[in-house]
Amino acid sequence: MRFDLQIIASWIEKESKVLDLGCGEGDLLYFLKHNKDVKCTGVERKESRVARCIEKGLSVLQGDINTEVLDYPDNTFDYVVLSQTLQQVYEPSELIRSLLRIGKKGIVSFPNFSYWRVRLQLLLTGYAPITRQLPYEWYNTPNIRVITLKDFRKFSKQAGFKIVKEIAINSHSHDRSGKIIKFLPDLYATYGIFLIGKDK
Amino acid sequence: MTVLVQINMSEYIEHDKSGVSVGLVEKKSYTFAEPPDEMILECDKKLGPITIAYETFGELDEDRGNTVLICHALSGDSHVAGFYSPKDPKPGWWDIMVGPGKGIDTNKYFIVCSNILGSCMGSTGPCAHNPKTMEPYGHDFPVVTIGDMVKAQKALLEHLGIKKVLSVIGGSIGGMQVLEWSVRYPEMVVSAVPLATTTRHSALAIAFNEVARQAIMADPNWKNGNYYSGSKPDLGLSVARMIGHITYLSDESMRLKFGRRLQEKTNLSHNFEADFQVESYLRYQGAKFVDRFDANSFLYITKAADYFDLEKQHGSGSAVKAFSKTGARFLVVSFTSDWLYPTYQSKSMVKAMKKNGLDVSFCEIEAEWGHDAFLLPNERLTALIKSFLESTYTESRKQ
Repeated sequence: MRFDLQIIASWIEKESKVLDLGCGEGDLLYFLKHNKDVKCTGVERKESRVARCIEKGLSVLQGDINTEVLDYPDNTFDYVVLSQTLQQVYEPSELIRSLLRIGKKGIVSFPNFSYWRVRLQLLLTGYAPITRQLPYEWYNTPNIRVITLKDFRKFSKQAGFKIVKEIAINSHSHDRSGKIIKFLPDLYATYGIFLIGKDK
Repeated sequence: MTVLVQINMSEYIEHDKSGVSVGLVEKKSYTFAEPPDEMILECDKKLGPITIAYETFGELDEDRGNTVLICHALSGDSHVAGFYSPKDPKPGWWDIMVGPGKGIDTNKYFIVCSNILGSCMGSTGPCAHNPKTMEPYGHDFPVVTIGDMVKAQKALLEHLGIKKVLSVIGGSIGGMQVLEWSVRYPEMVVSAVPLATTTRHSALAIAFNEVARQAIMADPNWKNGNYYSGSKPDLGLSVARMIGHITYLSDESMRLKFGRRLQEKTNLSHNFEADFQVESYLRYQGAKFVDRFDANSFLYITKAADYFDLEKQHGSGSAVKAFSKTGARFLVVSFTSDWLYPTYQSKSMVKAMKKNGLDVSFCEIEAEWGHDAFLLPNERLTALIKSFLESTYTESRKQ
C-alpha cells in the first residue's frame, strides 16, 4: 500500500465507518476491512476500478465524488478520506463542507507544491514544474489546482474547519515506503496529510 | 420469400455451450392455494389452485444458507441453465452465468428459478385450466402484479424449506421482482442484485408496452383473450415481440449489427418484402416467439411491469421510505446503452439506498448491446456477481 495510505490507515480507529472518495482499486479500504474491521464504502469514477473493488469484496459506488457525497445523511461516517484528489476538485470548499457534514472527521492528502524541487524548477528553468508527484505537462494535467501545506492551513481558517493533526511526508506516489518530515516540512515534504474536523 | 437472419441477440438468446454446463436438469412443479385457501391477489381477487414450475441446481447446505433465487424477465422461464435431455439443442437462458465454476456457481450455491405467475411456461397463467369453467382462463385470469409473483415464489421457497435467501438476482422484470423481494420479505433476503431494471416504469417504457399490447388486441384472432380453441393471435404477438426487440437493442448496436445492409440482395425490392437486415431480423424474432409464448401471458406480464411502482406501494411515493424496509446488501448494475431502463433509474434507487445507510455497490457497465446486455456474455458482469456472492456468503458465515 502507498506510504501515505499507510499513515491514513494508522489514524483510523478499529470498527469505524469509512468512506473513501476516489478509492481507486480499493487498496486502503481492503486493508482497513481486513485489519481493522472497518465498515467500508468507496466512490470511484472509473468502471474498471469499481469492478476491481467489488471483486475484492468491497462495497463501492461508481460515480462522481462531488455529487455522490450529497446523498448521505449527516454524520454517516466516522471518517471520510480524500487522498491525493483535492488538487483535481473544482469546488474544494464545497466538497470539504460536504465531507465534514457526512463524516465526523475528514482525512485529506495532496501533493505539496512548495516542495523545494518544485520551487527550484520554476526559479531556474522558468517552465511549469514537472515532478514525480505531479508528472504532467500544463496542457494534459488532471491537477487543476496547486496547493501548498501553508495554503491548506490558511484555507482551513477561511473555510471554517479545524486541522486536528497533520503529517508531512516524503515519498513518491507509488512508493510503499517514505519518511515523515519534521524539519521544514513546507520545503522538504512531497505530500501533506491532514486530519480535519468541524470547527466546533 | 423471406430469408431469416440468424443472429444471436434477443432478450433470451440462444448461444453456444460456453464453459461446462450444469448438465441434465428437470422441471418440477408445486401446487398450492387450493380452494378454499386461495391466494388473495393485490387486485383483491382470489386465485387458486396455483401451480409454480421451478428448477433447482446444486445442493442445499446443511444450514440452508446458500440459496440463490433467480428471477426471470418477461419471456423467460424456470429453465435458467442445463439441458432437459442429452438431445436438447440448447441450454437454459442463462447457462453462461449459471453452472459449475460460473458467475453463479452450482458447486457452491443451491439455485432456485421458478416460472412467474401469469406466464405460460408451466406456472398458472391465462392459458391454464380454470377449475370453475373447465376451460383455459383466457381473459378471466385476474391481473397479477410483481408483488403477486413474488408472493407465489415465497410460497415455493417455504415448500422447499428455505427461510433465508443468500441472494435474489434478476434483470429487467426479474430485477423488479428482486427489488420487491427486498422490501416485501426483508427478513428473508440477505442480498439482492437488481440488473438493468427500475423501481417503476418510465412513460417511455409504458408506451412501448402499450403499443405491443395493442398489436395483440388488434389481431382478429385474439377474440378478447378467448382464443385457445381456435387460431391464435400470432400476427399480433409477433409484432408485439418485434417492438420489444427494438427496446432491447440500442441505436449503436443496431448500427453495428445491421446498419442499412440489405438482406441477401443488392437492390431494393420496391415492394414490402424485408429488404433490410434489421427487418428480416425482427420478422424472424417475431415468428420464432409465437411458437413458444402465449399472447395473453404477454399482455398480463407487461401490465404487471407497468403497474410496478416500488415507491408508491412500499413508500407512499418515496423511494427512500420504500428502501427503509430492507437491510439487504445490494449490487446494482446498469448498462451504458440501455435506453429501456437507463442508468439514471439505477442511480436513483442507489441514492435512496444510500440515504438509508444500506450496504450498496453500483457499477455502470460499458456495453453497446442495449438492454439485452445483461443476458449476453460479459466477463465484467460475471466477475461482479461471482465476487459479490462470495463476499456476501463469507460475511453471512461470520454472523
